[in-house]
Formats: sequence, C-alpha cells, structure tokens
Amino acid sequence: MSTVATRQILGTGELKRLSPRFWLARQTQLALFWGPVFVASIVVALIVNVSAADLLPVVVALIACFAWLVERGRYRSWGYAEREDDLIVTRGLMFRHVSVVPYGRMQFIDVTAGPIDRAFGLATVQLHTAAAATDARIPGLLRVDADVLRDRLALVGEAKATGL
Amino acid sequence: MPPPIATAGPLEVGETWRRLHPLSPIVRFGRVLIGVIVVAVPSIAEQPALHREGGFPVSVIVYAGLLLLGGIGGFISWLVTRWRIAEGNLQIETGFIRRQSLRIPLARIQAVDVISPLSGRFLGLAEVRVVSAGRGAEHGRLAYLTAAQAPVVRARLLALAHGLEVGTPEPVALPLLHVQNGLLLPALLMRLQVLAPGLIAIAGIAAIAAAPVVGAGAFGSAVTVLVITGLGVARAFNEDFDFAISEAGDGVRLDRGLLQRRHETIPYGRIQAVRVVEPLFWRALGWARLEVDVARQSVSREADRDAQQVARTLIPVASRDQALWLLARVMPDAHPNPPPDAGPPSRARLKAPLSFHFLAAWFGQRYVYARTGRVQRSTIIVPLVKVQSVRLKSGPLQRAFHVATVDVDTAGRRWHASARCRDEDEAVEMVRHISERARLSRRMPPPLPANPAPLPATG
Repeated sequence: MSTVATRQILGTGELKRLSPRFWLARQTQLALFWGPVFVASIVVALIVNVSAADLLPVVVALIACFAWLVERGRYRSWGYAEREDDLIVTRGLMFRHVSVVPYGRMQFIDVTAGPIDRAFGLATVQLHTAAAATDARIPGLLRVDADVLRDRLALVGEAKATGL
Repeated sequence: MPPPIATAGPLEVGETWRRLHPLSPIVRFGRVLIGVIVVAVPSIAEQPALHREGGFPVSVIVYAGLLLLGGIGGFISWLVTRWRIAEGNLQIETGFIRRQSLRIPLARIQAVDVISPLSGRFLGLAEVRVVSAGRGAEHGRLAYLTAAQAPVVRARLLALAHGLEVGTPEPVALPLLHVQNGLLLPALLMRLQVLAPGLIAIAGIAAIAAAPVVGAGAFGSAVTVLVITGLGVARAFNEDFDFAISEAGDGVRLDRGLLQRRHETIPYGRIQAVRVVEPLFWRALGWARLEVDVARQSVSREADRDAQQVARTLIPVASRDQALWLLARVMPDAHPNPPPDAGPPSRARLKAPLSFHFLAAWFGQRYVYARTGRVQRSTIIVPLVKVQSVRLKSGPLQRAFHVATVDVDTAGRRWHASARCRDEDEAVEMVRHISERARLSRRMPPPLPANPAPLPATG
C-alpha cells in the first residue's frame, strides 16, 4: 500500500530516497553484531560434543540473513519529499507510516549523528512540532545534505510559522 | 465565580520583586507535617517504657528535630523566592543552593489557574499556576499569595497575555452551567468501572454472609475492592464538587472542588481538542461529559502530577443537549453527530471487532472528528487550525483487510484524533484533504465566539 498511497498523497512531488551510504552503514552495523555472534556459534559448535550443536552456526547464519532482509526492506521504505507547504516522510516495513508535517508547525530541528553514522559521514535530521506524536525523522542523509536540509527547513519554517 | 476586581488594589503595577506570603511554607509542608504527626504520635505512645528510663523521650527529640529542620528549610526557601511581572515575562527566582531563575513569556500562556487547597483556605491563601506551552517550558507556580491577591495577579497575567493594558480589569464572567451535586454523585456511580467492581464486591459479601464457609480471605478482598472503588468515586466527587462553568470575553472559567477549590481559566483559541465522552449507562440516561485538552509540556516530575489534571474536565456531567450546547460555545459550528457514511468499511469488523460499532471519522470545514470506544463512546473533535501533523499508518493485519489508520496530531498532550480502519483509498484522501484544509484554515482569521443561544432545559 505504502508506495501507492505515498504517491497519491504526494501528487506531483518527487520522493527522495536515502543515500546508499546509509545502507552501507546499516550493513556495517549488522556485520558488527552478527559477525562475532557467528564466530561464537562456531566456537560453541566445536567445543560442545553434541551433534545438534553443529546446526547452531547454520541457524545463526539464517537469522542473520533474515535480519539483513528486514533491514534492507526498512532501508528501502524510507523516503521524504519537500513540498511547497509541508514535508512528507515515509517509513516502516511491517508498520508503514506516512507523515505530513507542515513547515509552519515546526518548533525546532535536530541534526544528530552516532559513531557509525559519523564514520560514514551521515546524519539524521529530525523535525519537532508541538505535538509529541509527530515522528518526522529522516536518517541517513549525507552530512552536507543534512545541514543544507536543516537550513532550508528552518528558513521556510520561519517564513510560515504559526502560533499554537 | 471569580470575584470582579477592577483595580490593582493590594498589588501595585510593577516591576518590583515580591515575596510569596510568609505562611506559604506552612501550607506547602502541611501535608508532610500531618504525615510526620501520624507516624510520630503512635510510635511515641507505643513505647512508654523506653521514655521513663532516660527522662525525656528520645523519639520526641528526633521528631522535633526533623520538624525544626523542615521548618528552617521551608523558611529559607520562602526567603530566597521572589517573583515579578516585568518585560513581558512572569519571572520567578528561587533556590538557596542552586539558584533557579524562571522566565515565562506571557504570550505563551495557555491557561491560568487559581487553586486553594484546604489548608490554604483556612489561612486565606491561594496559588496561581500558569500553564505554558512548549518543550522545556516550566509551570509557573506562585504558591502562595493571599486569596485577594491571586485573582488580581491572574487578571494581570491574562491581560498581558492578550496584549492589553496592564490595569485592564478581568472581564465579567457570565455563568453558563452549574452541575448539581445531586446529579454528579449518581453520574459518577453510574460508570461501568465503578458499578462492575462495586456490585461484584457487594454480591460477594452477601454470598459470604449467607454461607460463611468461604472464609475471611474472600471477605477481606471484597471489602478491599469496595473501599478502593469508593475512594475513586470520592476523589472524583471531591474534584468536581459544585462545578460551575462561566464564560468571560477571553475564555471559559471553571470553578470546582470540595476540599481544594480550583478556579481555572482556559483562553479561547488555546483549546487543542475537545472530547465528548458517553459511558454505557449514561447513554441510556442521555448524559455526557466534555473534556478539553490544552497545549502543555510533557509532564514527568512527581511534583507536577497534580498539574496534569489542570484544565481537563469542561463539564463532568450534563444532559447530552446541554453538553452539545456547551461544545458549540467553545467550538462554534462543531457537529459531533456523524454523517451516515462516516463509518469504516464493514470488513474492518474483523480487524476491530469490539470497537467497530462506534468507529467513525469525518471532517468538515473547520473540525476533524473521530469517534472510538468499545463500551464507552468518545468523540474527539480537533479544530483544523490546531492540526500539527497528519499521519497515515497501516500494520500488516490492516493491509490484509485493505484498511489504514489516519492520525491527526495536536499540541495537546492527552489525545490525538485517530481515524482507525478506514478504507485505504479513503484514508489517502483524508490525509490529503485534512492537511490541505488545515493549511487553508491556518491562513484564515480565527473564528469569533458564537452568538449566545438559549440553554436547553435539563432533560
């Protein structure tokens, strides 16, 4: 539903996808977790003298593959579009969300970057409105793009600001 | 009803710093004091043997020392706290070791309340509490001022918040509705969450009385359930006792409370959402309750738990006609009766079997309406001007049924209007139309309060 619905909500606008570098960062994150787990499972399989233990690395590898698939689906589900009066953000694989946030409602904008994000030169832009439930977050933007987006949003936000 | 105060009287206009009332610490720590006495007196009385040995009882000295420390602490906290209204801010400075300086921009005031707790009423003191919007914003609490000062300070804060002259008198309030206590009590009792445990407990006690084989354990738990339920009703009754709502030029005024009187002010245009609640038995009796939501910070601290209750109930119980009439006063042209096509598609019955019969969502030129509920029917009405963001959501199960949920967020903390289980295409249309209409309504001037209409008779 999500893609069709997003298209319909978007109208003529263009949906921007995240940088492929974000997918690289996510895969690194996955590898950092699943690599050691996989090695540990092999060690356990070698030490423990039960025949069923040999299956352990296979199971771990399957789960890791599944996690990789889910992560890829999540990565592909992200998207955002800057329209004339509002920002549209889509996300979610199982639970899909399409948020429409008017620029005039923005209270402030956060740009954050964790250690892995920084290593890949990425950043997350988050919009805050007065409503706590608003979840307009765009991860995996190139650092430069994030700063440009933040400044642009701040500018239109100021121009269209409305009170509570 | 707030007393009509025209002149500043005991409070001159100004930028001078003022202290709170000297008796404030006593009211503030009154509860602690009572708690200490409740603990101390029995424990001292229980150990007479210990006391006779060494002459003066040790525990008395310990408790007296604790009280003395508390008293000194309260006095110092009073001594270092001062406030003033200046430069478009309410400024409060407090703290002995860690100085805290609070500036609340008057333009961001969402509501102003005057609260008189029981002990404060004996001493003629009242608290002024300012609810302001925004993350990181603080509640301004002036605890305590004299009962005569408090309304003056409130009038001044509201006048400044509306950009009027400092000396502008508070507009005269017209009484709208008064809830008879004789109606409030049965209404509180006629709720399922009270009736169900209450009747089960009474039935249990009756069964035990008839056949005392079951034992004391069952009896004890039945009594406990009864007491807890009773306490809940008593608290609600205490909160909404003698409820009166009146209307001034700038907003609605609520006066309520048995032991602790609250005088709340909700300025027009600060209401983020209204909810019409109709519990199961109330519908048969034609009663309804109205609640409002105003913008506020996220409340997390223990001390502010009380503040969460502020400005919540617009009317605790009224006939449905009266409630709708009141709704029309605060939200002109709102029609909380759904049009025939407001329900979700019938296949949503499988997704939401318990609430399907009440689910409905629709929108007009100025409001978004969303009705939900399983046993209790509640309709949330959000002005399009107040819409912060619109979200389309769908889980895997919802996609299997080709339905989706549309959430409409406001700056209020309590609810967002949630149109659940709409047809997918319709949901997309709703998102588009609601965000478009919200955009347009932000550019329109705010609607004027409705013309007074006669109050429908109690029915």
